[in-house]
Amino acid sequence: MKSKNYVVKTSFNKTSLWKNSRPLLGRLDMELTERCNNNCIHCCINLSENDKAARKNELTTKEIRGILIEAASLGCLTVRFTGGEPLLRDDFEELYIFARKLGLKVMLFTNARLITPHLAELFSRIPPLEKIEITLYGMKKESYESAVQVKGSFEAAWRGINLLLKNKIPFVVKSALLPPNRAEMEEFEKWATTIPWMDKSPSYSMFFDFRCRHDSEKKNRQIEKIRLSPKEGLDVLTKDKERYIKGMKEFCPKFTRPPGDKLFSCGAGKGGGCVDAYGNLQLCMMLRHPETVFDLKKDSLKTIMTESFPKIQGIKAQNSDYLNRCAKCFLKGLCEQCPAKSWMEHGTLDTPVEYLCEIAHIQAEYLGLLKKGEKAWTVENWKERIDKFTEG
Amino acid sequence: MEITVNLNAVYTPADDDVVARELHGEFVIIPISSGVGDLEDEIFSLNETGKALWEKLDGKRSLNKVVSELSSDFEGSVDEIKNDVVGLTEELLKRKIIAEVRN
Repeated sequence: MKSKNYVVKTSFNKTSLWKNSRPLLGRLDMELTERCNNNCIHCCINLSENDKAARKNELTTKEIRGILIEAASLGCLTVRFTGGEPLLRDDFEELYIFARKLGLKVMLFTNARLITPHLAELFSRIPPLEKIEITLYGMKKESYESAVQVKGSFEAAWRGINLLLKNKIPFVVKSALLPPNRAEMEEFEKWATTIPWMDKSPSYSMFFDFRCRHDSEKKNRQIEKIRLSPKEGLDVLTKDKERYIKGMKEFCPKFTRPPGDKLFSCGAGKGGGCVDAYGNLQLCMMLRHPETVFDLKKDSLKTIMTESFPKIQGIKAQNSDYLNRCAKCFLKGLCEQCPAKSWMEHGTLDTPVEYLCEIAHIQAEYLGLLKKGEKAWTVENWKERIDKFTEG
Repeated sequence: MEITVNLNAVYTPADDDVVARELHGEFVIIPISSGVGDLEDEIFSLNETGKALWEKLDGKRSLNKVVSELSSDFEGSVDEIKNDVVGLTEELLKRKIIAEVRN
């Protein structure tokens, strides 16, 4: 026999398991429910935890198991259970154990409020193999519950977090920058350093999206009011100026360039997808445009990923505003404009999102890539500017 | 902890604790229960040699029989193959990926 190295211990987070090519489906996101026991002021998806109609339409346990079986057969290694609040599902434990016994790693996104001693013991006995990700909405009861709008939620979240700590179950924390908690960033980050599994600073969402199902204009206006302004966002991004500029010097040469009329320059639908709570497969978690989602009750994961997704990925922009601006803009990459963002903001695939445009432009001005007031899509010598920035 | 491999013993995957999967050309063993392996985020990849050995560790064959069968399947002296079998078994036992079948 030739090789003596029979067993290679592989930490999935550190090395790429597949050296030459990747499976059709490496990771699958599953929104187990859109219902949530929180009612966060910025949320783009949440429905009431007691929403009976939503609950009735959710995938059954059997249906989810079937999807997981097919995902595993296609080479999936990791499934992300998210929502809403995935722990609201009565069958969460069953689905979790089922996924793990298929040989899937489970990444759980949760607000931690429903982590019980029983669940903590389960995670200890059958580890998820991925760090649990907890979003914490404030360091104090007042700030947390102002953001989440549920009494008693602060105490419940901390109870869940403490159970994970006590049982040594790996997790990380992140947050959303909201008016009630913005002043607590320093306190939050200081506390986050005490979590043994935090290997970097916590991440924040701050440029909030509108409702992903366009179900509430009132909530959209509320979200719009609490979004950080581009200047406020820049202040947060450049808090550690040296680190920000160093990161941008690495990022810009690789990723910033005009995209042309090709709409999907991201990895949406490549090697992964998102199953919504009702059995529709989406190219990514945010994109729910009716022409880009496919019913798993009618077609298999494999069929959708090999036949339907490629057609969507080939779509070209038609909107003249997009073609005159975004298609020619070298800030693509830095700018978050994408079909999903266009869908959430405008209900289309190719409408420029002004908010994102302003955020990208203010950053580019800060980095010296643009003069004040200059529009990036008018710049012809963008490569020289990026080279100069990188070398400077 | 010192691991002693018995060539007369029969070993089997710890079915409740691990899952073996063929993933896009890679043969991987994924822990289910805690206590398998060293860290909580690791999976194990077996190369072709390891996979061939793994498939023989089915809870029915003694290691001596495994050596005998592999000797006819692969090039190499019996001693060489025996060393490989013992080596792999030791690594898998150490990580609690397999266990001895006790009658």
